[in-house]
Order: sequence, then structure tokens, then C-alpha cells
Amino acid sequence: MISRRNLVLTGAAGALSLGFAPRLAFAQAATDRRFVFIIQRGAADGLATVAPVGDPAFAAQRGVLAEEFGDAPKLDAMFALHPRLTNVAQLYAAKQALFVHAVASPYRDRSHFDAQNVLETGGNSAYQLKDGWLNRMLGMLPADERKGIAVAATIPMALRGRIEVASYAPSALPDASDDLLGRVATLYAEDPQLHAIWQQATATRTLTGDLVANNGRNAAATGALAARLLAAENGARIAMIETGGWDTHAGQRGRLGAQLNGLDQMVASIKEGLGPLWDKTLVLVATEFGRTVKVNGTQGTDHGTASVAWLLGGAVQGGRVVADWPGLGDAALYEGRDLKPTAGLDSVIGSAAAAHFGVDPARTMAAMFPGQKSARAMGGLVRA
Amino acid sequence: MSDVSIALNRFGMGGRAGQVPQGDPRRWLTAQFDRFDPRPAPIAALPGTKLIASQLATYLAEARMLGQRARREAGARRGRAMQGEDAMRMRAPADATGGAMAEEAGNDRDPAMQARRFARQQGRDHYTTAVGARAQAAVASDTPFVERLVHFWANHFAVSADKVTMIGLTGAFEFDAIRPHVLGSFRDMLHAVERHPAMLLYLDQAQSVGPNSPLGAAVARRQARRQIGLNENLAREILELHTLGVRTGYSQADVTEFARAMTGWSVAGLGRGPAARITGTDGEPGRFVFAPRIHEPGARTILGKRYEQQGERQAAAVLDDLAVHPATAKHIATKLARHFAGDEPSAPLVTRLEAAFLKSGGDLPTVYRALIDAPEAWVAQPVKFRTPWEWSISAMRALGTQEIPAQAVVGLMNQLGQPIWRSGSPAGYDDIAASWAGPDAVMRRVEAAERLAARTRETIDARARAATLFPDALSATTQQAIARAESPAQGVALMLVSPEFLRR
Repeated sequence: MISRRNLVLTGAAGALSLGFAPRLAFAQAATDRRFVFIIQRGAADGLATVAPVGDPAFAAQRGVLAEEFGDAPKLDAMFALHPRLTNVAQLYAAKQALFVHAVASPYRDRSHFDAQNVLETGGNSAYQLKDGWLNRMLGMLPADERKGIAVAATIPMALRGRIEVASYAPSALPDASDDLLGRVATLYAEDPQLHAIWQQATATRTLTGDLVANNGRNAAATGALAARLLAAENGARIAMIETGGWDTHAGQRGRLGAQLNGLDQMVASIKEGLGPLWDKTLVLVATEFGRTVKVNGTQGTDHGTASVAWLLGGAVQGGRVVADWPGLGDAALYEGRDLKPTAGLDSVIGSAAAAHFGVDPARTMAAMFPGQKSARAMGGLVRA
Repeated sequence: MSDVSIALNRFGMGGRAGQVPQGDPRRWLTAQFDRFDPRPAPIAALPGTKLIASQLATYLAEARMLGQRARREAGARRGRAMQGEDAMRMRAPADATGGAMAEEAGNDRDPAMQARRFARQQGRDHYTTAVGARAQAAVASDTPFVERLVHFWANHFAVSADKVTMIGLTGAFEFDAIRPHVLGSFRDMLHAVERHPAMLLYLDQAQSVGPNSPLGAAVARRQARRQIGLNENLAREILELHTLGVRTGYSQADVTEFARAMTGWSVAGLGRGPAARITGTDGEPGRFVFAPRIHEPGARTILGKRYEQQGERQAAAVLDDLAVHPATAKHIATKLARHFAGDEPSAPLVTRLEAAFLKSGGDLPTVYRALIDAPEAWVAQPVKFRTPWEWSISAMRALGTQEIPAQAVVGLMNQLGQPIWRSGSPAGYDDIAASWAGPDAVMRRVEAAERLAARTRETIDARARAATLFPDALSATTQQAIARAESPAQGVALMLVSPEFLRR
């Protein structure tokens, strides 16, 4: 007899005391936990999201981008939150939002596309791994609960892998007739690729029902849709939402404000849509890398290194900014231009996932980020 | 698949009703090089880069003027407010984000907002007609292999309609910078692409200022609050996406140096009046201009080579070298091989295409011929899952569509997840099955197929049509499914979503 509670304790003890290796790496008992990964494609500026206003170099380094934070809500003595993140600010006050700053994946160059591949596969370098860490995270769940969904027309890299996952995005096309759907099933029956795809497609269709009528063109609707997919009786345990538009090379201030406002609304509608399930939910927001500390010649920022990761949800031990702050003075910058990474994004993700699903941190880390031999587990991110 | 079916579907864009290649399929492909029309009627009828850019210039000048007036008025109001009124109340409208909020609230009387809305609508209209013309040209084309290559290169040099200044120019970019060079040299295409206003605006090059240029130095002397300076976006993407390819040995220092060399490459007429005279970007709107006032002086060292040239010739010389660099040859060879011979093309094929590229100095028809000669591109099993664009065009060709409403194409591509010239990233759209063969995506194609089929009004016998579209290449399952359909339209829908039709 192993209850989930037992498993959590075993996992924690295993991590603390050498010589006691837990037999179970992965959850066997049913989980009521939910996990949402929101990816910010295009390298979101962490310094303009959670701004180190208490850093003596901040105002001078950031110039026009620092002005945004005159009246911004203070998170602590060092950090302030972007003023358009009003819902997230409320979560922070309710201790349901936590930020880990100066984080980066192992990737150290500045290509969006390679960096997104590293972020999504969890490898040490681009294209080293062929599947995504989110798919491997699904593998940690009990077999009949390995249900993941991409709230998108196609499946992003992080969710690709051994375990079949679904994708769904609201469509304005009229529904195809049931008769045609049945004939298509026959047509694809002997085609290995299309047969599996079609099974997924029709299963998802049944689950979402009238969601087709829900026009999800804005972020809030997408968040609401994700919540409905997660809250359904037989719904997904893990969902991924893609957001783009973070590559602010020019005129960053207005554009980033609008972006963050959209994300803020998306988070709010996920919370609202999940209802009581929000208490069992962990939302991770992460980007492939950060942006230059200094403003460039066009009131924007160029590709940088470290950024900020967000953990949101009722399960989060929030109300804190976790950072081994490297400082913004010229001498402290990575390659003389970027925020220096002092924590690994994979440590954050792996530690949070292990705690969230009540599984052994070391083995979770090994499963989700197989190349990260030295990654440290971070404690206390999520309530067991 | 038979060779004829491969020529039609893998190299071409699907058969058109009643059009089957005669003679040797390989000859049918190479003969298209002599017949290709860079400006077919639907495209020739469109407004060009020049007109679109001049409309944009008018808008930008107006927006600047209105912005200055609004700031003056806000200043005057603030002055009054300071004399006793509640100063806090006045702060919001002057905020940088105020514009967006006013727009959301539907502030119809704000002239700046009106101008912006008008410009955006104008840009969208240009975008829509251009997408329609692209589809029309592709559906009607009797050189479908070359037409496919145009789309390939437009995706390689992707510009994405994400900015109000860009939306209208995306079509003109493909028609003016890609089409004329698709059968020329890679170098000429590269130069045309990097000088086109759509690219210069999309990747922020137009406003990149050398810190030690005459203008940069003057601004620094005045210690102006408004910062101007370098923007390395285009320089980086040229190295990473357009030429060498990512992880090919260039450093951050190379990127920055190249960005310095690129300063001054800008667009004329988008800052008319005194501003343009100061930056040196005056002239006929939309034209490429080299602006010496913002060019970073001095020699540059990039990828270990020193460039002593000054002015415009400096970046041009770098582009010349990049265009024939071995890494570029490998990068282009890999992408072409992937497009025609499968998501993970064989190394020997890539090597042969690479050699053809290098030996010919980047002569594109030479590379295409090497591809046609490659057995890897003629394997009988389908090697590619059609993208939404490929699928839509081949569907319309299959149905013999004549009139294509532009708005309908835009809508269809949005619904199928591949809006044209809106990949959202300078890397363009992915060219692998994993990106397109998702459950939701296939369901959408089934929905779209049913609609397209309904419009044929029972005039097409899918049994006969499918046989001509896939000569000697139709499976028994597909034939049976079509034959058993409950209506001619349902037969057409099943043909359009059959495994044969989804792949090439």
C-alpha cells in the first residue's frame, strides 16, 4: 500500500539521507496535480519583467526601460514587478507566485532557434535530444494518467516524444460531418502515422465538445481553453501553451507592456477556469534566454543570456523572488553585456516537477534532464 | 509513387485537372527553367514596393506630426494641471502605452489613432491581395517546380508581417526580391533580399546607427536622452539563417562587427523632412539607400578577414564572401535536400548539392539540376508531409479552381496554421512532418476538404480525377474509399485528405 503522501515522504528522505535509495522513481498512485508550461518564444526580457530596481546600476544601465518601474509594485527590497502584470501581482501577494531570477538553460549562444530547442528538449546543446522534457515528465505519471495536450494546432518540441499527446486549438472552420469522419477513419486505418494521429484527433474532439465555438484568438481565451482541457474529468494532466512576440529589438517598452498584459490575462483565465483545481496546479513560464542589459540604438534590446522564470499556482510556495543576484554593474555582466546566469533553468524545472508530483528529485532530474549530472535540486519551490 | 507522380507532386505542386507531364519527367522539370515567368499576370497587376512604401511614408510623416502636436498639447495641459488641478489625473494619456489602450477603447476621435488604423488597414489590404495573387499564380502555373522554389526561398529569407510598417510590404518582398532571382545566382538573391525595405524594416536594420558615425557622435556630444545606436538583429540573422547557418563558427564579435559594417543600409523616404536629411535617408520612399551619416567608420574584421572598404561597399563585400562560403553551401544544400528528399536527407545527397553550389559559385539552376539528378529525390515512397500551403495549392489545382477570392485564401491559411508571410520568426516555417502532422492540423484539413469539395457542386468525379493526379500511384484503399463515397462531393473530400494527397 503506497499512498501519494508516503511517496512524497520517501522521496524527500531519499534526497536527504544517503544510503536510502527510494525504489520508486515515479508516481504510481493517482495524482490530482496539474502542470502548465507557457513558453515565451523570442527571448523575453526578464529584467523588464521582474526588475532589479534595488540594484545600484539598474537605472543607468536600463535608461528608458527603467522608467516603467517608477510606480511598479515592489516585490521586495530588490525587485519590482512590471506594472501591467496586475493579476500576477495579486497572486504574488497571495503567495502563489514565485520568480527565479538570473536563470538560464545550459545554452550559451544567442540563437533563438537553437536555444528554444535546448529549452524544450532539456539537452545540453541543440538537437542533442530528440524528445522534449515535458513528454518525459508525462512518463513520470501513473500509466493511465499520461495525458498531455498542446494548446496549439501542432505539437511543440517540449511535448514531443515517446508518449502520444494531443493538440487542440480552437478552429473557426465548420465541423466536418460525422459520416465523413467515420470514412476518414477507415481511409487511415492501415496507415501507421495517420491512424495514430486520427485517433488522437477524434478523441480530443469528443473531449472538447463545444469549445470549437469558442474563439480563442486572444490570450485570455487560450488560457480559458487550456483550463477546460485540464479540468475535464478525463482531461489532460499536463498542458503547454506557446506564446510568441517577445523578441523586442526595437521600441521595447510599449510592445513588452502589451505582451505582458496578454500573458497576465492568460494566467488569470487559467486560474479562473481551473477553480478549486488551481490549488493543485503549477504553471511554469519560461523563455529561451534573456536580453542585453543595455538598451540598444532603437529603444530595444538584443539577444542576451539569463532571464527570469515564473512559477505560479496554488501549489507554489510563492511570495518570493529567488535569486543569487549577480549584479548589473559592467564588470558583473556575462561577456560584458548580458545578465549573468547564476541558476539553471533545468534545476528549477526538475525540482519543481519532482516536488509537485511527489517523486524523487534526483531521479526526476535524471529522467527529465539526462545530461545535467551536476544540476542542484532546489528545495522549497512547491508545496507537497 | 511512379516517376510521373513524383514529378507532379514532389517537385511540382500537384497536378492540374487534365494536365499530365508528357515525355521524360526529368526533362519536364528542367524545361520549366526556360518557361518560368517571374511576373505572371496576377502579380504584375499588383502595386509594387514603390507605391506601398510611399503610402507608408505618408502615414509615418503624419503620425510624427500628430505625435508632436499631442506632446505639445499634453505639455500645455500638464502646465495648467500643475497650477492647482490634480496632476495625477493627467499622467495616464501621456504614457507610452496610452495609445494602445485608447485604441482598445475605440477612441475614434483621436487623429493619431485614426491614422494608425488607416495605415494598418491599407497594409492589410496590400497583404490580402498579394496572398491572393500568390495563390492564383501558383494554382495556374505550368512551371510548378520553379513556383515551389520561389516559396522555398521566400521561406528561407522569411519576413513576417508582425509590424504595421511591414504588413503591406511582405508580398512585394517575395515578388521583387525573390522571384526575379529564383533562377539566378544565390549572391544576387542575397543582395536583393538584404536591400529590400521589408527585410530592412523587419529586422530593425533601417534604424541601426553607428555610435561613431557623424550622427551617432553628434547625438553623443549633445548627451541627448534619446539613445540611438547599433541594432544587431539583421546582421545576426544573415549569418545564422540566410547564409552560413547556425553553429558554423562565427562569434558574438563577428555579429557585432558585421552589424557595424551594415550600418547605413537603410530605406529612403520613411523619415521624410528634416529627420531624413539628418540621417541621410531622404529620397524616393521604399528605395534602398546607403546613409553615410549613420555608417560606422573604420575597417572591420569579420570571420578573420579584414574589410578595408568604406561605406556601403563594406557590408556588400561581406555579403559577397558569405554568398559563396562553404558553410553557406552546406546550409543551402541541406535545406534543399530536406525539402525534396525527406526530413532527414542523406549525407551523400547533401554533399553532392553542396559541391554543385560551390563549383558553380552559387548558380541556382546548377544546384536544382543536381537535385533532379539525385536518386534520393525519386524514391517511390512519399518523403514529405505536405505543409498547409502545399496542401491548399495542390487541392485547388486538383479541383481546377479558376477564381480564388484573396480573402478566402488568407482565411484558409490562418485556419490551417500557416498564415502566409507570417511565420512569426525570421527562421520561417519548419519543413518537417513533426511540425505539420498533428491531430488538430489533420482534423482541420478534413474540415477544409469538406468545404472545398462542397463548392465543386458535384461536377467532379473523384474516381477519374484521382487517377490523373497520381498516375500509377493510387492505393487500393484510397480508390475504394472514393468509390464508396455517398456523394460526388464526399468522394472529392476523401480524395483531398487521402494519404496520397497529404504527402508528396
